[in-house]
Order: sequence, then C-alpha cells, then structure tokens
Amino acid sequence: MSRKAARGGEGARTLEQLLATKEIVISCGSGGVGKTTTAAAAATMAATHLGGRVLVVTVDPARRLANALGLERFGNTETRVPAEAFAAAGVEPRGELWAAMLDTKQSWDDLVRRHAPDERVRDQILANSLYQNISGRFVQSHDYIAMERLYEIHSSGNYDLIVVDTPPTRNAIDFLDAPERMADFFSSKLLRWLTAPAKSRVMSVASKPFYSVADRILGSQFLEDIAEFFGLFQTMAPGFVERADAVRRTLGDKRTTFLVVSTLEAAPLHEAEHFIAELDARGLPLGALVLNKVLPAYLRRTAATGVARRLVSDAPQLAAAVPAAGAADDVARVLATVGESFLNYQVVAKREAEQRASLSRSPEVVAAVPYFDADIADLAGVLALGEQIWR
Amino acid sequence: MTALLDRKLLFVTGKGGVGKSTIAASLALHAAEIGKKTLVCEVDAKGNLADFFEAGDTAFTPRELQPNLWAMSMNTEESLKEYLSLQLRIPLIARIGPVARTFDFIANAAPGVKEILTIGKLAWEVKEAHYDLVIVDSVASGHIIGQLNAPQGISELVQVGVVRNQTQWMLDILTDPSRTGVVIVSAPEEMPTAETIELTERLRTETDVDLAAIVVNRVLPELFTERDEAIFERLQAPGTREALSAAVGGDVAPVLDAAELAVTLRRTRAEHLATLRAAVDPTLPLLYVPYLFTRSHGARATRRVAELLAEEL
Repeated sequence: MSRKAARGGEGARTLEQLLATKEIVISCGSGGVGKTTTAAAAATMAATHLGGRVLVVTVDPARRLANALGLERFGNTETRVPAEAFAAAGVEPRGELWAAMLDTKQSWDDLVRRHAPDERVRDQILANSLYQNISGRFVQSHDYIAMERLYEIHSSGNYDLIVVDTPPTRNAIDFLDAPERMADFFSSKLLRWLTAPAKSRVMSVASKPFYSVADRILGSQFLEDIAEFFGLFQTMAPGFVERADAVRRTLGDKRTTFLVVSTLEAAPLHEAEHFIAELDARGLPLGALVLNKVLPAYLRRTAATGVARRLVSDAPQLAAAVPAAGAADDVARVLATVGESFLNYQVVAKREAEQRASLSRSPEVVAAVPYFDADIADLAGVLALGEQIWR
Repeated sequence: MTALLDRKLLFVTGKGGVGKSTIAASLALHAAEIGKKTLVCEVDAKGNLADFFEAGDTAFTPRELQPNLWAMSMNTEESLKEYLSLQLRIPLIARIGPVARTFDFIANAAPGVKEILTIGKLAWEVKEAHYDLVIVDSVASGHIIGQLNAPQGISELVQVGVVRNQTQWMLDILTDPSRTGVVIVSAPEEMPTAETIELTERLRTETDVDLAAIVVNRVLPELFTERDEAIFERLQAPGTREALSAAVGGDVAPVLDAAELAVTLRRTRAEHLATLRAAVDPTLPLLYVPYLFTRSHGARATRRVAELLAEEL
C-alpha cells in the first residue's frame, strides 16, 4: 500500500496530506452546497494520487455526476470506475476508484437479515406492512443507515479509503447522533412498555389512560399492529445496540475525519459553523472546510471599482476611444452594462468575503473552489474540481 | 385554475438550498399587504422563519407580526394537545400530559402520525376559516409527498376510530384545487431542476393535491442581446482592451472578466431553465425571481423578493 503509516492527520496543510493519513472521510453540509460532488472529487483525487482502493459512497448524486462515476445502476453494489474513464480524462491513476450509492431500503433489509434471531422472525418483519413504511422514516433511518453502511464497508477491509456523502437532513448533525438514538431506542422503557400488550392483555394502572385515549384515536387494531411490530423488532435489540455502539466508535476513531462543505451564502455557512461547533463538542475531528462556488478575487479589487464606475458614468466618451468595437451608441450601452454588472457582482463578492472572515473557527485545511462554467459531466470535470481542493 | 393567492392553503416546498423559506415568507408578506389575513407556518424544525421577518421567534400559537400577517411554527405535540381538546373534547388535558409524551414517541416511530398532526392543524385552520390564506414553509421536496399523503395513508392503516373519521374532511380540503395547492421552489441549477421535474411528476401520479405554481428563484439577468454580445467580444480583443484601459485610466481586464463570468453563469442556468420549461405543463404558472445583487438578507430581502413576486403574479 502506498499510503503513509502516519495516523492522526494533525498538522496536515492540504487535503492531500490529510487524506493520506485517513481511512474514512465524511462529507457534510447543508443541501445544495456541492457536498456530493466534493466527496466524489476528493475520492477521485485520492485514487489518482495516493493510490490504493478508494470508495466513494453517495446518497443521491446528480445524474451527470452518477454517469461520470459510471453509476448507472441504483443500489448498494460497489462498482469500479473503469480505467477507460480515467484514460478519457488523460489520467493514469495510481490506485482504484470504486463508487456505490446508498439504498436505504435495501440496507435496512440487510440489517434485519443480520440481526433477526431466526428465519421466522426475519420473514415476519420483512413482510410487516408497518416495517415497509417505517424502514423509510423510522428514527431518522436514513442518517443511521448511512453510518451503519459506512461501518460495514470499513470493517470489510476492502478499501484503503472510504469517502462518504451524508444524506440531506433537516439538521446536518442529526446523523452524528443517529447511532446513539438507535441504541437508546432499543433500550428504552417506552419500547418495552409499548410492546407489553402484545405479550399480555393485563395492563398496568399507569398505562391504562394512554391506551384508552390511544384506542379512541387510533382504534385498537392499529395499536395492536404497532405493538406486534415493535414486539418483533425488539428481538433484534442486542445485535442492534452492540452494532450502534461500534458505529459510534468508528465516527470518533482517529482514522476518521470530517470534511465540512459550504458555499459562502449566509444560511449554509451558518449551518457549517454550527456543525463545526457540534463536532468540537463531541470531540470529533474536523479535517477540512471546502467552500464551493466562490466568486473570483478580482471582483473585490478597489481599483476595478473605479474603472467600473467610469464605464457606467462616462460610457459615451469611452465608446469614442474604441471605434473598432462598433457604433458609438451601441458600444456605450455595452460598456455601461459591463460596468454595472461588475458592480453587482462586487457586492456579492464582498458579502462572501465578509461571511468568510466572520467564521469563528476554521480548520487548517480550507479550500476555496471557484464557480465552474458548467455542471460536472465526466471524470475530467470531477478531476478539475479535485485539483482545486487537493493541494 | 384558481389564482395562486386566492387559494386557502399553499404548501411551499423545494430542494434544500433553493430559498424555499425566503419564497414562503415573501409570498406571505405580499398576501398580507394586499389585504389577506395570512398565516405563515414553519414546519421544518430549523426555526429560522423568524429571521426572514426579523420579528422575534415564532411559536405554536400564531403571533401577528404586522397587520394581517401571522406566523407560527409547527409543534406536533402541541398540535396533538389542541387536537385532543378541540376534536375529541377530552377533558382534563393535564392528566394526559405523560400520555402526550408517549404519543410523541409513537408519532416519531409510527408512519404518518407526525405528518397527520401537521396537516391536520393546517387543514383545521382552513376549515375554520381563521385566515384568508395559510402558507406553509413545508418540508423539503424529498418528504413532501409523504406529508401530503398522510391523511390517505392513515385512513388506510387505521380501520376504525376517531382518526379515521377525522381524515375525510382533511382530504376534502387537500384535494380541492380551488383551496389547496403546492408551490415548488426551484433554482436554475442541475439538481434543483431535476428534483423539481421529478416532484412535478410524483405529485401528479402519487397524490391528489394540485400543483399551483413553480417559483424559479435566483434567475440571473441576461446581460447582452446577441448584437451586444458581438460588441462585447470585440471589446476583449487585445488592442481594444488596451485602448479602453488607457481611456478609463485603469485596467479594465477584471471588469471585462466579470462580465464574461456573468455571461457564462447566465448561459449555464438558461439551459436548466429551458429544461424545466420543456418538462412541465405549459399552462402551469412559472414565476421567476431574479438573483438579488444586494447586501441585505432578513426582512429587507424578504420585502424585495415579495415585490418581485408581486410583479410576476
């Protein structure tokens, strides 16, 4: 393996140095900031320059990005990005790049198969109509299942580096707490209490008002369905709790690092800051901050402001100086538009710079990625983005 | 088709990051200012709707932020308590305090319960005609179908009981296009466009709720006509560039580069706009909100977007 043996990653100055010492990279941030693309770019660069077997697990990639990675089939299957795709991008990678998507339903089914005490219970759970509904939304199941899959793949030892994209959540930190919530759920008194009537018809005095109210609202058949389902589910508790603990340990392991992705807009950046604070509070390692869609620095030049203002105010006189460009009236109009457009974008660029300066804490590795002309449609595009964040 | 603001209940949804809350807040502000008593309700637990009005935090009990404009944030436990006391006339709410907590636990786990408490409260406000218009800053596009289908789902899962009886009037309101509609907020970028088209299709095939409009947010202005673009290209020729710099008395390169960037950004986005237009029903209202080149966010930006939306309506 080409990877350096050093662990920890403290003192890394670039994403390259950081990833050289890690086995798990978790890409997070709010929706629409380029989290998935950034994960793909980091993984592609690692496979190209660091070597080894690198896997990127994405949740819901844009079609073009999925195509760029050769992910035409949906599902949990890990697929190798073909050497030809790299060749077409003019790159000879040192290692292998693999890609997979996260299929929540399939992952839940796998989990049930693994933890069910016997075949009968397994089939009962899988066939249960409540389970079919719940596997999509149960206890923020997407969050948990993403972390669970990560743990599963990491334990397989098949990959030197795994880059995982996190599911879009209401709150970016939800998935950090998902393993703990899962463990809590299975050890809760409430679950035992809720499942009690399935085992015995005798109700305690304490639970009686609940059932009488719930009965009136939901009807007793529905309550019994719920109770039966949770009764079945509870049989998997020991395996689940143990597993959730292991998943939680993996998140805190020193071979794991977090990549926080944001744009310089107020709302995503606010969420990124919140996420960084939550990582700190949990003692989890913040590895790098990637700022996407950053406007170029020349927009903030003071000298250019004066030039743009003159283009607007003195357009007719200036048009006379460039007769080659066209008729004076037309050129004047274009010059004024060009000047106004610069001033417009300067407002946004300055706002972005202020947002960036206001970050109360940022990691040593901060990468700013400029706006790209077009959406990423092939591996060359992924690599072009990667070059911006790598060194 | 009933005009957007003449409906009674609007669910504003969209992919994360497109400005869903901005549009919900701005629509509500505009509706209030044209004289409709409007309730804007935040459903997501993020709790930042208040930022768009800069008028303090919102709670389950609606608060009047300015004349005709009321705001609240959804809380399913509060909704349950209100439901129990209003719908079932169950006395002694205090006694069922712990029950409500337990119920919240089931609500988290069992399908549709949280959603029905949310939809139920909103539909209730419509049924009781407490407001002229209820605007919901709803869940993101990935979850909206589940939320809208909750009454149907519950009525299928629960065979008997009060809940089943209660779902019918909700369905009547939700499926009536003269009263209820969905507003999808999109942006001229690849993922939001793809998600909008997908959601349009899913709303049609998986729900009976009407799609009222699509709002395309952050549309960049067209800088040049074709003729002006030819002039712009000639301006960039090395000799011309230098002559212009000399006349201005400063380097014009960054200013020209910025215009080039603006043209490129606009072009990429225009492609996504064209994709969206081609994919949706041509009779569906598409409202365009331009990108705001301002320093402001919060109440001033909300007001500006409300003005821009008003022009489109």
